[in-house]
Amino acid sequence: MRELKIEATIENLSKVFTFLQESLEHCDAPPKVKRQIKLCVEEIYMNITHYAYNPETGIAKIGVELKDDGKDQERIVISFADKGKPYDPLAKQDPDINLSLDDRPIGGLGIYLVKTTMDNVAYEHKDGQNVLTIEKDFEKNAK
Amino acid sequence: MNFEKTNNGTTLTVELVGEVDSMNTPELEEKLLKEIDGVKELIFDLKGLEYISSAGLRVLLTMQKTMKAQGSMIIRNTNEEVMEIFKVTGFVRLLNLV
Repeated sequence: MRELKIEATIENLSKVFTFLQESLEHCDAPPKVKRQIKLCVEEIYMNITHYAYNPETGIAKIGVELKDDGKDQERIVISFADKGKPYDPLAKQDPDINLSLDDRPIGGLGIYLVKTTMDNVAYEHKDGQNVLTIEKDFEKNAK
Repeated sequence: MNFEKTNNGTTLTVELVGEVDSMNTPELEEKLLKEIDGVKELIFDLKGLEYISSAGLRVLLTMQKTMKAQGSMIIRNTNEEVMEIFKVTGFVRLLNLV
């Protein structure tokens, strides 16, 4: 597993992207899967920068792991940990995507995108940390 | 992200190229707000847009709401990747995609 420990600031998102790209360099996931993963990493990381330590800053830990079932499936598992205020982003109600333009609030889509594009998303508060884990499965050699 | 614009007074065309993420949306929003006064038609060309996160969606929705009050907004050349995001979030019904 590769891990990045970083101060959770907006400016550091570029370092998070670089870390992610390096971690998935030898992973043969289809480009669509890699794009979805990148999007989810941004959304979750930004959530940490906004809510975990605000108005202070603190450390975010991101772990990337590739799991091979030995057959034709592979799984990308990414975990995010912070020691900020306990906060379960999954408990928030999903936005109503059928609302009209006038009624539609601005924002609230980040975690919803994570929930809809990943195969599994789980939150736990463990050892004083918020830990959010996302999983995405893909078929090997499916380009 | 590259931001190319043509403003002839009442029509503002904005070409978004590359990636629109949480780091560059404040700049994008600021540039748009500077230009938007008096604009009757806002055109986004997304041909070169490779990536958009919820931060970018927020800007598009804000502009759509603004333009509803002062004119119209259309979005051109949405590629498959970005269209996927518009579909999942229900933006296909909120934006005028041509």
